[in-house]
Amino acid sequence: MNAPEKRNSFRSGPDENGKFGIYGGRFVAETLMPNILALERAYNEAKADPAYAAEMAGHLTHYVGRPSPLYFAERLTEHLGGAKIYLKREELNHTGSHKVNNVLGQILLARRMGKKRIIAETGAGQHGVATATLCARFGLECIVYMGAVDVARQAPNVFRMKMLGATVVPVQSGAKTLKDAMNEALRDWVTNVESTFYCIGTVAGPHPYPSMVRDFQSIIGDETREQMQAAEGRLPDSLLACVGGGSNAIGLFHPFLDDPSVEIYGVEAAGHGLDKLHAASISGGRPGVLHGNRTYLLMDEDGQIQEGHSISAGLDYPGIGPEHSWLNDVGRVKYLSATDDEALEAFQLLSKIEGIIPALESAHALAKVAELAPNKPKDHLMVVNLSGRGDKDVPQVAEMLGTSL
Amino acid sequence: MTTRLDTRFAALAREGRAGFVTYVMAGDPDRETARAILKALPGAGADVIEFGMPFTDPMADGPSVQAAGLRSLHGGQTLKKTLEDIADFRTGDRDTPIVLMGYYNPIYIYGVEKFLADAKAAGIDGLIVVDLPPEEDAELCLPALKAGLNFIRLATPTTDEKRLPTVLGNTSGFVYYVSITGITGAATPDFGKTSEAVARIKKHTALPVAVGFGVKNADHARAVARGADAVVVGSALVDAVKGSLDGEGRATGRTVGAVTDLVASLAAGVRGARQAAE
Repeated sequence: MNAPEKRNSFRSGPDENGKFGIYGGRFVAETLMPNILALERAYNEAKADPAYAAEMAGHLTHYVGRPSPLYFAERLTEHLGGAKIYLKREELNHTGSHKVNNVLGQILLARRMGKKRIIAETGAGQHGVATATLCARFGLECIVYMGAVDVARQAPNVFRMKMLGATVVPVQSGAKTLKDAMNEALRDWVTNVESTFYCIGTVAGPHPYPSMVRDFQSIIGDETREQMQAAEGRLPDSLLACVGGGSNAIGLFHPFLDDPSVEIYGVEAAGHGLDKLHAASISGGRPGVLHGNRTYLLMDEDGQIQEGHSISAGLDYPGIGPEHSWLNDVGRVKYLSATDDEALEAFQLLSKIEGIIPALESAHALAKVAELAPNKPKDHLMVVNLSGRGDKDVPQVAEMLGTSL
Repeated sequence: MTTRLDTRFAALAREGRAGFVTYVMAGDPDRETARAILKALPGAGADVIEFGMPFTDPMADGPSVQAAGLRSLHGGQTLKKTLEDIADFRTGDRDTPIVLMGYYNPIYIYGVEKFLADAKAAGIDGLIVVDLPPEEDAELCLPALKAGLNFIRLATPTTDEKRLPTVLGNTSGFVYYVSITGITGAATPDFGKTSEAVARIKKHTALPVAVGFGVKNADHARAVARGADAVVVGSALVDAVKGSLDGEGRATGRTVGAVTDLVASLAAGVRGARQAAE
């Protein structure tokens, strides 16, 4: 099980204990351990079952709308005057982001396991909306935990989830944001462990979640590889994606990790700046243990977890998926960061120049495209993951630009 | 190696009664008051003390312990201070076993080797670290055992016959049976089922079995004590602290007494359990 695909591969993790180097693992309460082991068994069985893959493929085509296009951004390329820029259009998926790829995989697994009650945590609400959507599609009970602060600032997504039949529970504990929503979801799971499937939204949490969610998101990179082959007849030269927990990024990166000619960049949220309030776990944090895994975290000198800050509610988690921590340490992926202001500028640039309003999360990756692309030759093929659409961010951006709607 | 926990549980067995394990949070509601509570616990009837290490993200704890942790952190409590608080307690009490309970990250950041050395020097007897299951024993459990500290494991209703030996493997001091699937201070367990579960665990181990989660009053304590080697109460004591605070959340003249009065009443329930049953 989990045997390396080949020697010296960056794609063979995690090991049988769920570790990527020192990162990952299963740091959970004993009550959850039997469930996590059962989930791992069920997922391994499903992976080996062609019927599971076929069911997923059918829904990805007809319900999600895959494959998503790999779009040549002609005017953005001209504007920046360097690398040839392609956008992987994950924002065109049903529910408006890459989140649905993972949720579909987990919901089909929950059905196989006979679990009828689904719980999820959400920050900005994108994962919550995707989970509520799939639960509606398959007639499952859905409970979404969301920090009370996020409930207040993401009202449209809260209403969407309710329309879809989900129960949204505002979390009043701790700092009342995403990390507390995750704590509360874990508390629910500990309490309702027999009946409940916990649908985690990113490549974090205890093993097997980081690798399972990565597998579901890897369709992004797999398609990109084929589409680039069809368009240009070769591999891309560089990949960029924003990183909060890091699921859209690992989905794009993973199929290319063993192609040494491909430069890979993850972009964290630098908030007001790395010396001020930010959410850049790798650039500004250090390894610790939270939410079931060891990874880079934002914390004080006593090991108490600190709040992340970002203009984007989808990036303000104080941790990052453990595989990213490992990819950083071994040097395969370079982690950069973009500030709130840089993201806001990129948000406006793409809207005006390509007619595509990106999510504020994805705008962080675009900000670094604007920085890197001009210094690359014209035959350099650069792919950026447009992980979500920005409609949800329009009211917030309007406010920041001083416009009242 | 005989530890203070072994000695205490042996003495309880000779007395023919169940032990009473009390949980309070370090630094709650402030450091001085928490120290005063700690000192007063043995006299009020605590046989073993669990001292909580506050953490920002206590994923297995209910609202009472979560709030206690935040009160403590807002007051500036750190792991170093918690260890000093226990060293201070040890100057006046050589016999009552003390177990530190909490989550791994503050220990990991403190440094495992340094933490174990400092904990041992402070007079700590055992550790309960909620987010370190047997699968992660290499992190802290094995080094702790090597350093001469007990590592107390939680067994839960989801720990089946097949998994029990894994859970009990490196456990020492006592086994903490979590009486419900849930978080601290939540629903009251079915005490009949609890006794059955304890009997099931005892088939696999000679260690004492303590039962906790959901024990709120003397009647509960009495019911649990009939079928277990010890009863653990935490959230109810933490709530007693909270109930004694003034409008600004500060300790009052009643705070220490509110905890010791409840401890005395619960201890009477625990001590009377076996006589009442006979």
